[in-house]
Amino acid sequence: MLEIKNLHVQLEEEDKKILKGVNLSLDPGKVHAIMGPNGSGKSTLSYVLSGKKGYEVTSGSAHLEGNDLLVMDPEERAAAGLFLAFQYPVEIPGVGNMTFLRSAVNSQRKLRGEPEMTAGDFLKAVRDKAKHLKIDSDMLKRPVNVGFSGGEKKRNEILQMAMLEPKMCILDETDSGLDVDAMKLVAEGVNALRDKKRTFLVITHYQRLLDHIKPDIVHIMAAGRIIKSGGPELALEVENNGYAKLLEESS
Amino acid sequence: MGIEMNNVDVKDGVDADTVEAVRALSSTYKYGWNTEIEMEYAPKGLSEDIVRLISSKNNEPEWMLDWRLSAYRRWLELKEPNWAMVDYPSIDFQDQYYYARPKSMVEKPKSLDDVDPKLLETYKKLGIPLKEQALLAGVEAPEGERKVAVDAVFDSVSVGTTFQAELKKAGVIFCSFSEAVKDYPELVKKYLGSVVPVSDNYYATLNSAVFSDGSFVYIPEGVRCPMELSTYFRINAENTGQFERTLIIADKGSYVSYLEGCTAPKRDVAQLHAAVVELVILDDAEIKYSTVQNWYPGDENGKGGIYNFVTKRADCRGNRSKVMWTQVETGSAVTWKYPSCILRGNESQGEFYSIAIANNMQQADTGTKMVHLGKNTKSRIVSKGISAGKAQNTYRGLVSMHPKAKDSRNFTQCDSLLIGDKCGAHTVPYIEVKNNSSRVEHEATTSKVDDDQLFYCRSRGMGEEDAVALVVNGFCKEVLQALPMEFAMEAQQLVAISLEGSVG
Repeated sequence: MLEIKNLHVQLEEEDKKILKGVNLSLDPGKVHAIMGPNGSGKSTLSYVLSGKKGYEVTSGSAHLEGNDLLVMDPEERAAAGLFLAFQYPVEIPGVGNMTFLRSAVNSQRKLRGEPEMTAGDFLKAVRDKAKHLKIDSDMLKRPVNVGFSGGEKKRNEILQMAMLEPKMCILDETDSGLDVDAMKLVAEGVNALRDKKRTFLVITHYQRLLDHIKPDIVHIMAAGRIIKSGGPELALEVENNGYAKLLEESS
Repeated sequence: MGIEMNNVDVKDGVDADTVEAVRALSSTYKYGWNTEIEMEYAPKGLSEDIVRLISSKNNEPEWMLDWRLSAYRRWLELKEPNWAMVDYPSIDFQDQYYYARPKSMVEKPKSLDDVDPKLLETYKKLGIPLKEQALLAGVEAPEGERKVAVDAVFDSVSVGTTFQAELKKAGVIFCSFSEAVKDYPELVKKYLGSVVPVSDNYYATLNSAVFSDGSFVYIPEGVRCPMELSTYFRINAENTGQFERTLIIADKGSYVSYLEGCTAPKRDVAQLHAAVVELVILDDAEIKYSTVQNWYPGDENGKGGIYNFVTKRADCRGNRSKVMWTQVETGSAVTWKYPSCILRGNESQGEFYSIAIANNMQQADTGTKMVHLGKNTKSRIVSKGISAGKAQNTYRGLVSMHPKAKDSRNFTQCDSLLIGDKCGAHTVPYIEVKNNSSRVEHEATTSKVDDDQLFYCRSRGMGEEDAVALVVNGFCKEVLQALPMEFAMEAQQLVAISLEGSVG
C-alpha cells in the first residue's frame, strides 16, 4: 500500500535535517504503529506524506499503490486515498462542519472523475457515521472545530475519515489530550474502519492507545530513522523500559 | 496561481469536465466581453449644452432641465474630494462621453418584444432574464423560484422593464427614471434630491447634472411588493461614463426588496461611474437594498477598470421605518462608496452589511454613515473587508448620535482579512455622540488566511483556490446570510472568482 524508501527531509527555511533515511513498507489491511520520543520526526513524516509546505525532500521516495506521492498536490494525495488525522485540527470560522465535509467528499470525487454525492445520500451517510462517534447534529452544524473540546476535535477527524473512506490512514498522536473515555470512542471509530484493504499508520508516544487499536507491527523511530521494528510486544517494552535502552542499542 | 492552464497535463483519472471547469473558473473576469452595436453619442466633454442635450434626448419638461442646470452650475464651483485612501490619475472630465445610447433605442420600443435582439442577447448572456415567460405562458413560476422584475440599463438608457403590468395591479410603480419624469412628475418633483441634495458632494452634483436614466420605484401605502425588484447596469460603450439615478419611495407600512447588479467589458482605459441612489422610507415601511457590484476591476497591473464613485443614502423619514443595505463589492478599479442611513423617524432602524474584496491593484474605500436623529433609533454595521494581491481596502464609517437621538444604539463590527503580504487593510471609524443616553459599540479585527487552514482543506481534497474561497466565504458568512437567497449563491461564487490568483 505505502512504500517509503530512504526518505531524507529537511526544513525549507533552515538547514535542519529531520528525516534521515526512513524506510517503511505497509501492506494492505495492516495496522502499523510508530512510536518514538519527542523530536524524532514522527509528525514530520506525516506532514511530508500529506504534502505540507515547508519541507524539502532531499532524497528518497514515497509511493501509494505505486503512485509517486511526492509529486502530487495535497488534494491529489487525498483523492488518491491518503488521509491524515491531525494532531491539532485547525479551526475554520464561519464554515459549517457539514458544508466542509460535503465539500471534501465531493472535491475528492470530482478529482477522481466520480459523480458527486447527492445531498440526500450525503446527509444519510453523515448522520449514520456521526451517531457511532456520538457526534450530535449540533456539532455537525457548528463551524469546523471552532469551540470544540479536544475530544470533539479528534472525533471530528475520525468522522471525516469515515466519510472519505481513505485507503491509507495516518493518525498523528490522535490520543494526545484525550481522557480514557474519549480515547475509547476514537479507538472504536478507528476499529470500525479496519478491514482487509485499509492500512493504518498510528503515530503515538504512548502504548495506551495501542491497547485499544491493536497494531500488527510496531516501529520505533528516533533521530529521523526507524531504529527497530517488531510485533506488538515492542510497544510493551517501550512502556516498561522507556526509549533509553532501545536508543542505546541502536547507537 | 500555480496552475498554468494552457498546457496542463491531464492526469489519469481526472476527467475532462473537471479540467474544463477549472479552466473556466480561471478566466478571472467573466463579463469582460463587448456587445458590437451601433451607438449614438453626445459630443465628448461636459458643458451646459451637453446637459441641455441629455435633457432633450429624454424629452424632459422644463423643471427637470432647470434642476440639472442648477446642479451643473453648482458642480463648476466644487472641488474633487481627496480625503479617501485611493490614488488614481486625475480624471479629465472633458475627455468623456456623457451620453451613449444604442441607435435602436432612439425610438423607445413599446414592449420588450420590440427591443433590439442584440440587446436582449447581451442580457441573456449576462444571465439576466428579460422575458416574462412565466407570466406570458399564464403559469406561475415553479415553486422555490421567485419572480424578479428587472429594469435593464445599457450605457445611458433603460432598455426595458419586466413585469410592469403585474406590478401595476398591486399599485407598485417600477419604471425607468426617464419614464417616471414623464408619467409621475409629482412624485419625482416631491422626492428627487430630498435625500441627496443637488449640492451634496462633487460626484452626486455631477450626477444630478448629467444623469441619463435609472430606475424609479414607488410602493404605495400598506403594500408589500409582490416580487423582488432589480436593476441591472451594463456599461458597454468606450470612454463613456455611466451616471444613473435610482429613487425608491416606500410609503407608509410598505415593503420592498430591491437588488442591483453591474458589469462592464474589459477596456484598457478607465471609465467613470457616478451614481446616486435615494431611498425614502415613511412610517412603518421597510426597504432592503442589495448590491452585487462587479464592474470590471482592471487588469492585474491596474490598467483600465471602472472608477466607481457612488452616493447612496436612505432617509428613514417615518417612525419605525427600516432600511437594510447589503453590498458585495468585488469589482471596480477604485471604489468610493458609503451607503448611509439617516435615522430621522423615532425608533427607525438602519443596517449595513458589506463585503468588500480588493485583489491585484484594486482600491476600495467604502463604509457607511449612520446618522441618528430620532429617539430610540438603532443601527448595526457589519463590514468584512478582504484584501489580496497589492490591493488597499479601507473601511470608513461614521456613527453620529445627535442630541435628540435619546436612547439610541449602534453596534459596529468591522473585520479585515488579508491574503498575502503585499496588501493593506485600514479601518477608519468616526464616532460622534452628543447625548448621554445612547450607546455605541465598535469591534474591529484583522486576520490572515493562514497556511494551516488552507493545508487542512487541501489535505481533505479541496483545490487551493476552493480552499481560499471556503475560508473567505466563512469569514463573510454573516453578510452573505443577509442577502436574498439567489443572490447569496451568486455572491459566494463571485467571492471565489474575485480572489483567483491571490494565493500560490
